[in-house]
Amino acid sequence: MIEIVLAILSTVGALSILFASIGILRMPDFYLRLSVTVKASTLGVGLLLICAAVMFPDVSVTTKAIAIIFFLIITAPIGAHMIGRAAYFTGTPLWKGTIIDELAGMYNDETHELESEESDTDDDREDDAPNIAKTDEETE
Amino acid sequence: MIKNFLMNLLLSAIWVALTGSLYYTNFLFGFMIGFFILWIMNRNETDHRYFYRVPKIIGFIFYFLYEVVKANIQVAFDVITPKYFFKPGIVKYPMSARTDFEINLLTTMISLTPGTLIVDISDDKKTIYIHVMYLTDPETFVRQTQTGLERRLLAILR
Repeated sequence: MIEIVLAILSTVGALSILFASIGILRMPDFYLRLSVTVKASTLGVGLLLICAAVMFPDVSVTTKAIAIIFFLIITAPIGAHMIGRAAYFTGTPLWKGTIIDELAGMYNDETHELESEESDTDDDREDDAPNIAKTDEETE
Repeated sequence: MIKNFLMNLLLSAIWVALTGSLYYTNFLFGFMIGFFILWIMNRNETDHRYFYRVPKIIGFIFYFLYEVVKANIQVAFDVITPKYFFKPGIVKYPMSARTDFEINLLTTMISLTPGTLIVDISDDKKTIYIHVMYLTDPETFVRQTQTGLERRLLAILR
């Protein structure tokens, strides 16, 4: 019974890491690559660690596995958020199929402060156009 | 609330000490027994929040795992099939969460669900900007998140 559970969990974990690595190759732009990679790898590593915790009937293995999963869940989204924010600041273009970008023009240009409402004081609106790529080559 | 939780932890530690086997399953079993004993003892008290909150937290964990697995299957299907089905976009999402702890938990939950990624939080802590992979309509996405994940999370925290 335990072996079947272990087999299912480790297969699903390995497959999700495999799909994350295929996703790095296949996704069309930077944000989608980031989005696919961080979540799937967190789930995969978490499932493999749960497998290790179930397999070895030892308290120290279980505590280590739970601690690693806990810190992974805390830190991985923050890492993804910081990388995505830095990419947006440096002007990485979005994929050509992107349908909406409500973040465009919301940053203050000098202070990099982010407003929650659109400010009407700007006189030049051409800077606020969404940074969406026209062709596939721009986001390769 | 916090007194009940500490009492419950103490009761489960006593259970582990008495049975003498230090495993997580045994600790969880002791926690369940302690929860039941505390529930019986506190039936006449006025403060019942702890006993409603623990089943809600367990239900929320299962709901979140279900959402994560569902979204992972959707993303994995899109990765291995040749055609792209997604419509990405960055959505402005007005939060009801106010304190730093609530915002932290909410953004972590949204980021851990595949297909959504927090790009930034506004400086007045009122809106977050989410990069969504499967965006048919921004209003629908905002409404679904507000009535699903955020409402359940805030029901536990408040």
